[in-house]
Amino acid sequence: MSMPISGVSTAGPAGPAGPEPATGAPAGPAAPPATRALSRMARAVRSNRKATVGAVLLGIFILVGLFPGLIAHDNPNADAYAPRLGISTAHLLGTTAYGQDMFAQVIWGTRNVLIIAFVAGLATTGIAVLVGVAAAYLGGLWDGSLSLFTDVLLVIPIFPLLIVIAAYLHGGTTIVLILVITVTSWSYTARQLRSQALSLRNRDFLAAARVRGERRLYIIVVEVIPTMTSLLVACFLTNALYAVLFASSLQFIGLGDPNTVSWGTMLYWAQNNAALQTGQPMWAIAPGACIAVLGAAFALLNYAFDEIGNPALRSVRRTRVKRAG
Amino acid sequence: MRFAFRRAGFFLLTLWIALTINFLLPRLMPGNPALAMVSKFHGQLNPQALHALEILFGINTQTSLWQQYVTYLHNVFTGNFGTSMSFYPASVRSVIGGAIWWTVGLVGVATVLAFVLGTGLGIVSAWRRGGQLDSVVPPVFVIASAVPYFWVAMVLVLIFGISLHWLPYIGGYNVSSDTPSLSPSYFGDVLSHALLPAAALLITTIGTWILTMRNAMITTLAEDYVRMARAKGLPGRRIMLDYAARNAILPNLTGFAMSLGFVVSGAILIEYVFNYPGVGYMLLQAVSGEDYPLMQALFLLITVAVLVAILIADIATALLDPRTRTAG
Repeated sequence: MSMPISGVSTAGPAGPAGPEPATGAPAGPAAPPATRALSRMARAVRSNRKATVGAVLLGIFILVGLFPGLIAHDNPNADAYAPRLGISTAHLLGTTAYGQDMFAQVIWGTRNVLIIAFVAGLATTGIAVLVGVAAAYLGGLWDGSLSLFTDVLLVIPIFPLLIVIAAYLHGGTTIVLILVITVTSWSYTARQLRSQALSLRNRDFLAAARVRGERRLYIIVVEVIPTMTSLLVACFLTNALYAVLFASSLQFIGLGDPNTVSWGTMLYWAQNNAALQTGQPMWAIAPGACIAVLGAAFALLNYAFDEIGNPALRSVRRTRVKRAG
Repeated sequence: MRFAFRRAGFFLLTLWIALTINFLLPRLMPGNPALAMVSKFHGQLNPQALHALEILFGINTQTSLWQQYVTYLHNVFTGNFGTSMSFYPASVRSVIGGAIWWTVGLVGVATVLAFVLGTGLGIVSAWRRGGQLDSVVPPVFVIASAVPYFWVAMVLVLIFGISLHWLPYIGGYNVSSDTPSLSPSYFGDVLSHALLPAAALLITTIGTWILTMRNAMITTLAEDYVRMARAKGLPGRRIMLDYAARNAILPNLTGFAMSLGFVVSGAILIEYVFNYPGVGYMLLQAVSGEDYPLMQALFLLITVAVLVAILIADIATALLDPRTRTAG
């Protein structure tokens, strides 16, 4: 119904309603633009059903990741039980071929995935902000070379590159996975942020800052980046989603640390023990479903932020303001 | 024309950077992984192959990095990728030659199907905006985009391969009962083995097509010439296909070229789940067997394939769509 579609304004409940001033307008209320954007996003999440579902799901995963011991009492790594037990009240998902409780593995595995999602998501977005905003704001030769670099990285297929790097490193601990994913996958976001920053470049409030004699760094950090808060959150969500998928894929093909408790590693062991063929489908189904649901939570949330952060939507609003004044 | 040259220049630059990354990676890694590999295979290789490896990865040589780089580039352009470790003594080139057609067939067919079906669904769902199809498709895609490729493949194996016994799910053809030939039975065997992996690839990639086509269509439907067509009283079908879809489809093509990297990564994982004897499965075999020459060559092959596809899509768009030419 109310899908946020790039370039098209939809009359959704979280659409550009209310008396909000154009983002970052110099005559705005006292609240800094970042806070205003955040409160607007919170409102959007509440009013958009899909976003609410996403937020609730993500909240549940975060709680599970913070306090796994409250839900699963077993040690996820201990080979404490008979192997290949079926589903029962004692073992909600059965046990692995090594006699580990699968439910405990799924629950404790949440933490690893969330760490990767948040750290890699934040780091990727951070690099993208640096490159994208710097390119747009510095312009000239800087813009040319940074954009070219971004475009090149954008067309090189990331996943094979990840595989090759991880193979040379002989698989990776969580930190290595995060590093590798961050280094390779910031380009798309950087491109998005650059075009957004370019569209801001000639706005009055930035001209005002320049006239005030503010330094470039100050303008970028205090004036430009806060106006892009909603887009930044959307980018973070996308990057977190891809970090989850990439990391799980690498762990699945055996390029993670096989001793980590995580969903991708569970899938790796399931594949290695032919879990599907030997009548233990839960070993592969459960962690895969968790990845899918966590990913869906990120994707659904992204919807709401897309709606507010969509530069096309915003430009529609801006022209309307201009026409009115 | 200027546009085509610029794109070609960008393509060459990217190609060069990919080649250089491939060259530098093993040399930059801590503890030189190639050294470990060479010592692992030391007894099994003849001195000549060993020497070729040492040149390839820059170990035990007195030559400068620059000299190594020139030799490496020369080898790449003459198609000399050395000897495969895991398929010794076959050359990397012949090993890849055996795998590439499986992938081309699988990914090619699945991609064409995904394009036709996805674009069609996108057109219809945008045309009947707010209709039943339109309210179902985008949310389904949102969920589907978050599902790991390999997991879709595993679920298909579980349902159609193991539970229902409908379709084979291991390899490219039945190795024990069939030999590669031009017979119809072999052909049918290959086809039945390709169905599940192709379905997995189709399921995971079609969403991008549907959604991008739908978005492009919605933008196009708001154009004045579409309104004009409506005012002229043209039949809806004609407006939908000849006016809106025709103009919306080309940007969609460019968008897809950019997402080709994802199709490739999906194919790698799906081939792995099905033990499908293509390039992706071979890449992962090379990784687990520490067969770095094969791995390097496969990485280059995949990268070049994606770059060429993007270049073709770019040039095709420029030829067919005057708007991009003026914009460039």
